[in-house]
Amino acid sequence: MIKMENMIGAKALMVAMEKEGVKQVFGLPGGANLPMYDELSKSNIRHILARHEQSAAHMADCFGRVSRKPGVCFATSGPGATNILTGLATAHADSAPMVAVVGQVPVAMIGRDAFQESDIIGMSNPCVKYAFQPRAPAEIPEAVKKSFYIAETGRPGPVLIDVPKDVQQNEAEMTFPDVVKMRGYHPWTDPDIANVERAIQMLLGSEKPIILAGGGVIIASAFAELQAVAEMLMIPVVTTFKGKGSFPENHALSLGPIGMHGHAEANKLMIEADCVFALGTRFSDRSVGTFEEFEKRLKIIHMDVDPAEIGKNQTAQVAVVGDVKASLRIMIKMLQQKAFKKSDDNKWIKHVEETKDYWRKNLKIHPGEMSAAKILRKLRETIPHEAICTTEVGQHQMWASLFFDVIQPGTFFSSTGLGTMGWGFPAAIGAKVARPDVPVVDIAGDGSFNMTENSLATSVTEGIPVIVFLINNYSYGMVAQWQRTFYDRRMIGVDQKGCPDYVKIAESYGAQGIRAQSLDELEKAIKAGLKSDVATVIDIPIDPEEDVFPFVAPGTPLKDMILPS
Amino acid sequence: MWAILSILVENRPGILWKVTNLFRAKNFNIDSISVGTTPDPDISRMTITTNTDEKQIQQIVKQLAKMIDTIEVKQLDEHKTVYRELILFRIKIKSAQDTMEINRIASAYGGKIHDAKKESIMVELTATPDHIKSFEELLKPFGIIETSRTGIAALQRAGT
Repeated sequence: MIKMENMIGAKALMVAMEKEGVKQVFGLPGGANLPMYDELSKSNIRHILARHEQSAAHMADCFGRVSRKPGVCFATSGPGATNILTGLATAHADSAPMVAVVGQVPVAMIGRDAFQESDIIGMSNPCVKYAFQPRAPAEIPEAVKKSFYIAETGRPGPVLIDVPKDVQQNEAEMTFPDVVKMRGYHPWTDPDIANVERAIQMLLGSEKPIILAGGGVIIASAFAELQAVAEMLMIPVVTTFKGKGSFPENHALSLGPIGMHGHAEANKLMIEADCVFALGTRFSDRSVGTFEEFEKRLKIIHMDVDPAEIGKNQTAQVAVVGDVKASLRIMIKMLQQKAFKKSDDNKWIKHVEETKDYWRKNLKIHPGEMSAAKILRKLRETIPHEAICTTEVGQHQMWASLFFDVIQPGTFFSSTGLGTMGWGFPAAIGAKVARPDVPVVDIAGDGSFNMTENSLATSVTEGIPVIVFLINNYSYGMVAQWQRTFYDRRMIGVDQKGCPDYVKIAESYGAQGIRAQSLDELEKAIKAGLKSDVATVIDIPIDPEEDVFPFVAPGTPLKDMILPS
Repeated sequence: MWAILSILVENRPGILWKVTNLFRAKNFNIDSISVGTTPDPDISRMTITTNTDEKQIQQIVKQLAKMIDTIEVKQLDEHKTVYRELILFRIKIKSAQDTMEINRIASAYGGKIHDAKKESIMVELTATPDHIKSFEELLKPFGIIETSRTGIAALQRAGT
């Protein structure tokens, strides 16, 4: 139903967002978005005050990843808008649905270097899926409708709406469209039946097949389908880091993430495979190292919703373009109708089991009581399977990849593409808003948490309790590890010299701060965090010299994986 | 490999910039570009030529097609396509002999003479880039003062 109504642009923005089902926005007010905030105060949409626009963007980003509906963030013009750029780039790199609405100087001032003017449309172009700048109030309803449509369909991504202040303030007759069409945007392709059939033939014809599940499986929520295909064909599953948790990591066929800090067994078996069935992945350098060495004998089946990913980083023998969930469903149907027999004496699966067993028993870990492996296993034991975990970026993130098994698919989120330090904590807040019914834990490192720790104010004042599992080596540990490994221990710029005291930081925000120096204390602290009504920061001091292993040096193949000595 | 890309885009401000920004961000090179409106005033046609390997051209086509503002992206087959570029040369004249000689070369190539002055002459040529190149070689000895070229316009032949 199209209804015409007179209202100002800012009100139309709220009405259009309410029509999209928006329940809350994460943001900060400023001069150029005051009309929006005024209308926000009169709307049914909740405002969650972030203390930095970058954090507002990360909150919206992870709200979107968890709920699979675009999260919304607000910022003012100029520095407010440039502060969300990192958030846009992060969401873009990880294909997260998000709508960012920023204020802009009045139309007549654009291009005149006005106070708090920034050419955010120009700056954001490479890191948004699309951007709108309505030049008249009547353009707002359609811009909002299109923004949500673009952000959540096909390969999701962030969309920016840049609204000049006079466009917010002026009145116009508004028409709210129910559907929008863009002739240049075709987010769905029909399932590619012929290529699914070819993929099946290739998998059945190979001796050592492996599934490489990427983030696309999580975005498409194709967990049951992935598990069904893996079990029907008895194919072991490795994931990319972004795909971690697309497949239950306690499953017999699960080998965990491959890559720079992949599981030893996953990297070893990945290079032994003769056929890779890659789902929703771009073959990132961090995942595959250099592929050239074994790609000649390796057959690749690539299934992805984005046609531009086919052949971008890796040539595939069979490409299936389309939604991963829909394509896998077709595959399952075809397999159900097919009479195929996998021999009972499956040598590959036997070898996979032995390799996995060997490395799970024999990978050396740090001997201390509070080693990364032990504390993360303690976290896994103590929090329920449905708890959502986010991570910051750094060593702790890679330790989480190695030692924290995701049992319930789709409960693990990280800034994997852009690798944005400071992402995990605001992201955890966004996740908790999307799923207030489950515990949310930010698996953090001190360097990264330090960047957005002021989101504690948002967590406490807005009543959004999350746990910060702070693996603290008072160091930019990943950089320190590279300096130790590649720069002959010439350490610079990595030591945080014991500053700040994170327990006191937590307390000063009205959050709970607990220092855990033994596994017993840690268990108690996690349990206290699970019960708490406010955020809990668990400060866990670890050996600053602990490195992450296995380690594949950048630009080298997976086979050259460095193991702990 | 040389490729001619024919792209229909929404005729709105900033689209040319978005297309060229995509080339820049993905580290693709543009050899020539020409843009003009089509009989449908909401649609423009961009003709871009680029010189790179086959794999990268495929990637360029896919990335362009992924853009929401592009309506159609085609890589034209050079052998089934009429493609032309317009170039203007200003050439030094030292004698009447030079003028006659340039006139002769121009007419052999189907060029046109404009603005014939005592010390310089302007020549217009519409041709393929290869023809333009050989034409330019013939004009070089006279002394080329300046040139201006349009980039390629291209349409594939019907039924191919």
